[in-house]
Amino acid sequence: MERKDDFKERRSHLENLTDEELKLRFWELSQRIVEPMIDMAGKYTSPSIERSILLRMGFSSIEAKAIVEQVIDRGLMGKGAGHVVYRLSTIEKCDIRKAGTMLANGNGWDNVIESFEEGNKSGS
Amino acid sequence: MVLDYNEKVDLEEILKDLEKYSPKRKGWTWRNKKDSITIGDFEYKNCSDSLKQSVPLPSAKYFGGIDPQPDCSITTEIASGRFEDDIRRMRMAAWHGADHIMVIRTAGQSHFDGLIEGTPQGVGGIPITRKQVRAQRKALDLIEEEVGRDINYHSYVSGVAGPEIAVMFAEEGVNGAHQDPQYNVLYRNINMVRSFVDAAESKKIMAWADMAQIDGAHNANATAREAWKVMPELMVQHAINSMFSVLSGLKKENICLSTVPPTAPPAPCLKIDLPYAVALRDLFGEYRMRAQMNTKYMESSTREATVTHVLNMLVSRLTSADIQSTITPDEGRNVPWHMYNIEACDTAKQALVGMDGILEMVELKKDGYMKEKTRELKEKAVLFMEEIIECGGYFEAVEKGFFVDSGLYPERNGDGIGRKIDGGVGANTVYERDIDYFAPVTAHFGKNNIEQYNLKNPSDAIDGCTLENPNKIIYIDELDEEDNVNERMKENKNLRKTKIAKPEVEWLGDGIVQVEIMLPAEKRAAEFAAIEFGKKMNLKEIEVIHKEVMHPSEGTRIQMKGRLDAFVDLDSLDIPKELEVLTDDEIRKAIKQSPIRIVAGTVGEDEHSVGLREIIDIKHGGIEKYGIECNYLGTSVSCEKLVDAAIELDADAILMSTIISHDKIHYRNMKLMNDLCIEKGIRDKILIIAGGTQVIPEIAVKQGVDAGFGRGTKGYHVATFLVKNLGEADNES
Repeated sequence: MERKDDFKERRSHLENLTDEELKLRFWELSQRIVEPMIDMAGKYTSPSIERSILLRMGFSSIEAKAIVEQVIDRGLMGKGAGHVVYRLSTIEKCDIRKAGTMLANGNGWDNVIESFEEGNKSGS
Repeated sequence: MVLDYNEKVDLEEILKDLEKYSPKRKGWTWRNKKDSITIGDFEYKNCSDSLKQSVPLPSAKYFGGIDPQPDCSITTEIASGRFEDDIRRMRMAAWHGADHIMVIRTAGQSHFDGLIEGTPQGVGGIPITRKQVRAQRKALDLIEEEVGRDINYHSYVSGVAGPEIAVMFAEEGVNGAHQDPQYNVLYRNINMVRSFVDAAESKKIMAWADMAQIDGAHNANATAREAWKVMPELMVQHAINSMFSVLSGLKKENICLSTVPPTAPPAPCLKIDLPYAVALRDLFGEYRMRAQMNTKYMESSTREATVTHVLNMLVSRLTSADIQSTITPDEGRNVPWHMYNIEACDTAKQALVGMDGILEMVELKKDGYMKEKTRELKEKAVLFMEEIIECGGYFEAVEKGFFVDSGLYPERNGDGIGRKIDGGVGANTVYERDIDYFAPVTAHFGKNNIEQYNLKNPSDAIDGCTLENPNKIIYIDELDEEDNVNERMKENKNLRKTKIAKPEVEWLGDGIVQVEIMLPAEKRAAEFAAIEFGKKMNLKEIEVIHKEVMHPSEGTRIQMKGRLDAFVDLDSLDIPKELEVLTDDEIRKAIKQSPIRIVAGTVGEDEHSVGLREIIDIKHGGIEKYGIECNYLGTSVSCEKLVDAAIELDADAILMSTIISHDKIHYRNMKLMNDLCIEKGIRDKILIIAGGTQVIPEIAVKQGVDAGFGRGTKGYHVATFLVKNLGEADNES
């Protein structure tokens, strides 16, 4: 977009604001711009967020990558990669590291998927 | 492990047992700012505690060796590509007053989808990895003990792996980071939806670790065609990141605005930069200011860059700065070298301390031009945000190219950076969380269904995550068998384990030297002639790094770099003993207690007077200033005359200057002087001091005089010798 400087006309509604009122408006506007994005951030996740969760659960970056890739492939991102690992550890009654390494190596997925599907059925 | 200032940091010791190392603290440390602090003879208003050990400014010797430290954190950016050599530079910088060490990432890391591991070599920065971060934090934990002040370690939480890097930083005790999703979007073309989703998580993790955050708005300065025209937009960018950060959980006092004075001379920069700085601080009073320096107009002149940076610090002092960044003055010509990091730190310290208390004397006007300009900038920022909302929000505004347009808002030139909501690296990689989404960890942002497992804290499900229980962190050492620190250190082992030295500017043994040549030739000819001179000096890979016209035909100043493949074994050097020097105060005190009288002259058929006058005259800082009574007999004085005068005046010492050295006449005159004094029976009561450009002290003493002083001698050297030796004579008698 190209536009000539129209500051004089454009500012007319701000002219009578005090400095304090102008500052207040500045911060109100910034909040209005940012809130939808914050809202979105709370409802979505990403591969990096899920890998960061697995790091915090005690997995290496290599393991985290392998697990999240398979979480995506199996359509489980909506559950959370950490959740998938946690769920397998409860199914297998094993510790988190063992559950995670199983998943990283491609094992245990069917059990986890089944468990989530059952949860969905009972929840509905 | 404790560092000893006499020893180089032992990198092998730093790298040892890293898998077991935990940082000793977390979170950012601000300097201990004092309203008033007395250091030496002066009272400071904008300083903090002095360091336990440091290198003061060169002029400090005239002020009792004081080394006042400004109230704001001082940043230095270090990343040569080899983190192990950067550790050594960090130590140098800390001794010169840096307490915020910022590590630049290697080119391309922001597009790397995951964490990099090991210690590969970088380009224009270093690959940020857990091992590298842990090693540097371990070294800084030692260096901060050595200097006596906490050192903040800092890098970047951006790119497509932001949250993972944030976790690693939180675990490893990194104290500050750049985090601003707008940086990803505008300058790294990373998808905007992904960037904001990731940013909330990253910021929440940073908040948990009490890290300071620096935003990315300064990049608009560096990118815009005319940097001063993006001022309204910069405020908008600061606001978006600040508000997003607060809503993600960061404390306002840990949110730092990266703000750059947008112009530089020959523009009347203060006239543009100062109202902008004031407007920004008016709006963002609750936030912190990270005063960055202008790089947009940086050329290869280190002098020009330094002056611009000092003007930038005038703006800092006239407004405020919580973190004063420094840019190395050589950044306009190469990846920064050791000594330019140090120069930049010293420039900051010197300028900030020099301007201490300035606001007790001057006040910025609140009317006229200042009021008009600051109001105009704020109104323009408000109008900019109104338009973002009108067009449907931030993402739409970015799509329409609102940002980094070269027009001074509301003027638009249609050349802004436009990005597509479904475009860029990492597009379409966010996933909606289901109703039963769960993440069993601390510091997770947004929806987390912990109720389904009846949990109070999400990480209770796994008995605590790595943030509560660092033992759970999985440490990876190396993944690449060739590209790693162990291999690099094998190659330069000889330089670390022996006393063999090689020139360096960034890496141990890189051999790079800088040569300065002034040639009486026009610019192009001078440049190519300089390269020929470089070859004659045995330099390899010669490159002219700076040219400056003195006059279109009379001359050109050239600075060039080249590699010198030569070594010196420090153990093989025959180093003469350093001259002992008393302080001015010590000399004055001693002379007040027992006054000294000398006779002086240039001996033989010698009309040179400059050297001796420099040693004697008060206006040259000579020995008169200490109260020593000097009787100067002039030039071409015979030895007999000097001895007679000494007897007549009952002098304590004879100062003989000997410039002409043809046929060793200077040494023969010294012998003669000694013989005459013995003959006249005064030798045991008088000191004979001989000086001159060709005098070698050891040979002079062999002629029978008490001391010889060669090239580079100052009045205080001679005064120290007089006080020491006459004092001792007095003590003996």
